[in-house]
Amino acid sequence: MAQFRLPKNSVVGVGKTYPAPAGAKDVRTFRIYRFDPESGQNPRYDTYEVDMATCGPMILDALIKIKNEIDPTLTFRRSCREGICGSCAMNIDGVNTLACTRATEDVKGTVKIFPLPHMPVIKDLVPDLTNFYAQYASVKPWLQTRTPAPPDRERLQSKEDQEKIDRPAACILCACCSTSCPSYWWNGDRYLGPAALLAAYRWIVDTRDEATGERLDELEDPFKLYRCHTIMNCTEACPKDLNPAKAIAEIKKKMAERRH
Amino acid sequence: MSNPKFERPLSPFMMYRWQYSNTLSILHRVTGCALTAGLLLFVYWLVAVASGPEAYAEAQSVFAHPLTRVLLVGFSFAFFYHLLNGIRHLVWDAGYGFEKPRARATGWLVFLGAIVLTAILWVLVATGGAA
Repeated sequence: MAQFRLPKNSVVGVGKTYPAPAGAKDVRTFRIYRFDPESGQNPRYDTYEVDMATCGPMILDALIKIKNEIDPTLTFRRSCREGICGSCAMNIDGVNTLACTRATEDVKGTVKIFPLPHMPVIKDLVPDLTNFYAQYASVKPWLQTRTPAPPDRERLQSKEDQEKIDRPAACILCACCSTSCPSYWWNGDRYLGPAALLAAYRWIVDTRDEATGERLDELEDPFKLYRCHTIMNCTEACPKDLNPAKAIAEIKKKMAERRH
Repeated sequence: MSNPKFERPLSPFMMYRWQYSNTLSILHRVTGCALTAGLLLFVYWLVAVASGPEAYAEAQSVFAHPLTRVLLVGFSFAFFYHLLNGIRHLVWDAGYGFEKPRARATGWLVFLGAIVLTAILWVLVATGGAA
């Protein structure tokens, strides 16, 4: 069932404010969701004023500056800082995206930063992605074959067939799409969500894969696949400009086609 | 997770930005519910027709009431929006129109189309002198 309020232990309070250093001219305000599991207290918003004259252009630059120079307790995931690892996925200015590819100047006013929506929070901006990864694993994201491989070479594929999977295979599993989806918020325990379904689609359309029927059987379920109501938040959110909504529609189409 | 000290809070989600995507989707649901509720008005009208001239005359005065008129305008908008957006969903189910610019354009088309159709309907009602 759709639930609109946060549980009692998740209601966010107001925390500390860290003012900008004296003499800073180009100041931006960052309001960041904080949760300390050790404290036994509810989450809170801390406010940081950052001097942009000494800060890099991206949201991630600001987060790193805050951690290095203002508050070392601020916790977030990051790695590649160039939009390919998917670690720094978070909710910035109301939408899910990667902190490393989102420019601070593209956000108006106070920069509000939350962890990915409707997820259990481990600490600050770090959500627990255990269920998300388990759902990814459940679509068996690897090549399944029955025929023996050619003895002297790889399983070959035409250029056209490769193009079918180029885009879906570019997913970095950042979870921006799944956690932007209201259906996933409210049925995330049973609905696989756009990211896992995009991965399923990537193997369903792979011409070298020989388990297409089983893959579709697996998804023939009122929740796993059909909780998608084509809201399109996933496609809007994807920082890699992929189209999970279209992939899900294509799976639904294949389901319908094979009945006739 | 069973230890309450380590029970993890749920991250906020209702602050997600209202984009065209989720807004039009929730509007589809709201108009769907409104259509179901609005059918009660239609049922009332049918019952009045079946109950004889007096009941019908009373129904006519109820439907002439400005407040009922406002409800009917809302009902007709719900009808046109749900119809047009339903067609949009059919096209999606056929696998077309998922590119972001196209999905946005059809969203606007459906929303503005519903407003225009509602306006045309009520201009016709007003100038035709019906009801």
